Amino acid sequence: MRKARRVTTLVLAGLLAALLMVGCGGASGGGDSGGGESIKIVSDLPLQGANRAQTTTMVNAIELAIEERDGEVAGLQIDYESLDDATAQAGQWDPAKCAENAQAAAQDEAVVGWIGPFNSGCAATQIPTLNEAGLAMVSPANTYIGLTKPGGEPDEPDKYYPTGERNYARVIVADDKQGQAGAALMQEEGVESVYILDDKETYGKGLADQFQEAAEEQDIEVLGREGIDGSASNYRSLMNKVAQAEPDAVYFGGIIENNAAQLIKDKVGAGMPNDEVLFVGPDGIFVDEILSQAGDAAEGIYVTFGGLPESELSAEGQEFVETYESTYDDEIQPYTAYAYEAANVMLDAIERAAEEAGGVPERQAVIDEVFATEDFEGVLGTWSFDEEGDTSLTELSVQTVDGGEFTLDRIVDVADL
Amino acid sequence: MTTGGVAKSRSEALLESVRNSGWDTRIAVVIAAVVVVLLLVQAVQEPAQFASQLVIGITNGAIIALIALGYTLVYGIIELINFAHGDNFMIGSFVGITVLSGTFLGLDFFAPITGSGGVLINIFGVLFALVVAMAACGLIGVGIERVAYKPLRNSPRLAVLITAIGMSFILQNIGLIWKGPAQVPFPELISSANILPSEAVIFRWKDLFVIAVTVPLLVGLSYFISSTRQGKAMRAVAQDKEAASMMGINVNRTISITFLLGGILAGASGVMYGLFNGISVFNVGFTQGLFAFTAAVLGGIGNLSGAVVGGFLIGIIGSMADQYIGVRWTSIVIFAVLILVLVFRPRGLLGDRSAVQGGGE
Repeated sequence: MRKARRVTTLVLAGLLAALLMVGCGGASGGGDSGGGESIKIVSDLPLQGANRAQTTTMVNAIELAIEERDGEVAGLQIDYESLDDATAQAGQWDPAKCAENAQAAAQDEAVVGWIGPFNSGCAATQIPTLNEAGLAMVSPANTYIGLTKPGGEPDEPDKYYPTGERNYARVIVADDKQGQAGAALMQEEGVESVYILDDKETYGKGLADQFQEAAEEQDIEVLGREGIDGSASNYRSLMNKVAQAEPDAVYFGGIIENNAAQLIKDKVGAGMPNDEVLFVGPDGIFVDEILSQAGDAAEGIYVTFGGLPESELSAEGQEFVETYESTYDDEIQPYTAYAYEAANVMLDAIERAAEEAGGVPERQAVIDEVFATEDFEGVLGTWSFDEEGDTSLTELSVQTVDGGEFTLDRIVDVADL
Repeated sequence: MTTGGVAKSRSEALLESVRNSGWDTRIAVVIAAVVVVLLLVQAVQEPAQFASQLVIGITNGAIIALIALGYTLVYGIIELINFAHGDNFMIGSFVGITVLSGTFLGLDFFAPITGSGGVLINIFGVLFALVVAMAACGLIGVGIERVAYKPLRNSPRLAVLITAIGMSFILQNIGLIWKGPAQVPFPELISSANILPSEAVIFRWKDLFVIAVTVPLLVGLSYFISSTRQGKAMRAVAQDKEAASMMGINVNRTISITFLLGGILAGASGVMYGLFNGISVFNVGFTQGLFAFTAAVLGGIGNLSGAVVGGFLIGIIGSMADQYIGVRWTSIVIFAVLILVLVFRPRGLLGDRSAVQGGGE
């Protein structure tokens, strides 16, 4: 009995505190907009798994973007909710959870903007739902080409947009360009033949396809193509087979969660050290976690990234890095700035739509404003969205592992190709 | 399929057995023969390639065989598929990592063994991790039996199956909380250098290590079952629990010991898996357990030699499929073989438990 009473007291106290906080928030937000109207944006990222360190900084970056506007756009208070599309059981993004989050946001009428998701496979399940709901999406990290442009499966990208109208845009450079960057890197390194592997997921396989196309255009011979099982205990027999083909490089399209570290270890173990046979992977393995998982075998691998590291960002970007580092304790990650950029693009669009509507904007108006984004001066430089929602930026970076950490190797501008 | 009279020579007996065999058996033999011939052709054409893949298959198979033994031991005694066994294996690998890190529950017991401390320390580290993991997993195995299976021994078999799946989830989540959802690296204690002088065939110290752990464990286990009093008791309980208890055998204790043995094997294979592959993850027990269970069924569940044969077969089929068919087909090939074997020999390759443990078919 006594315990039950204590629990009740605690719950009551909690409720009271929550009420007080909501009350305060409402009071400060309602000062000039007359009635304390608010809009809601959500972000959807995998907050559990190997990418956790990255995604938590992305949530911070979005919060920072909101804080810098004092929590409001055009006099409307911004409510922000961070959704998690990963499950502990899967240890990474989970399609069912992705769909569930999208459903919830679609039905919540207060939501006018969606930032995310992180994984392209997750986006593939969410875009149709949110498309029918007419909700604007800006992803900081999806690079799979088929989400916006033809080049993936035959019926892509139209199958993601049942209404026929676009609602999805991304601030990161897509995989057609990332594939080209991988091929360009190999060209510069004098690679003549390559063996291509992928993890059989939307993102990994799509990227490997893009890379294969680019490599063939650059006259790099493709010796073989395999899809790996992300839960296999090791890849020794595969790597043994790859070694017999004697390639100059191995390309892997996939994410770290699908055992990329084991793959790198077994590649080196099969007599293909990284200085003799290059290992090139995409942004999906551009996570510090891979360094501890693969240990010495990670030394010398190359990773392409559909954007620039924080040291190469514009002047605004440097400002953001400084503000971020003075506000939060955790170290800035490759995608942090992209989450910040996505949040700002979204908030700007909402602001324009709200000013036009003179209050809470319609969802459709927000979509229109997102796609109308032109010469946006953000942390990534000055850029625009094209009709399909892709960025006009063309610069990508190549990272290499040197002395146990990722260091910038070179910048590739695929517009030059 | 009888072998005919005593006086007949072996060839006549063989002919007769062919005559008596059904069409399905003949087709199966032909399929198997074609596959073997194709592999032999490859082996003659590129011997080094074939040998390397064979070594990889055998070492991968050895780990699967050790886990499969745990499934089959328990099934042989109480006819329960112990789904928690694969996850016990995962806990074993995590115990191994923890021992090697030298830190437990925030207490530093000794400096982490990272592989840079010299050969003697490495050997000590490996042995110590193996022993601790074997002890821990053995106890976990016994504990699981006490908590989840013993109270249900007289209930319908489905009930025990459900608790087994439940225990599997519990262990998996313990692993998840313990080490997190990402892959956990093992220190490189065993050299990956090639032992053989030639470059063509790769046989590393790691491969030798797997063989050196697996073979003594297999020999020890088979000695224990066939030649000790306790082993005899296990065989008796497997045949008939009631009759065994009437003969004065402590059935509960015998079952506990079976789970202890299964756990010990899980612990050993967990540490071995981690040291061999260099990475472990909280759900490794599910995937490896699935292959091990398949191996046990392939060889004939309940049959100890069957589990070993099944484990090695799956390892070798896997590496051969990787090489000659393509990686994306490997699991399909493995399970297709399982289905074919079960179609032609529903009791598995070597027959189920009754064959080895003395009961008639």
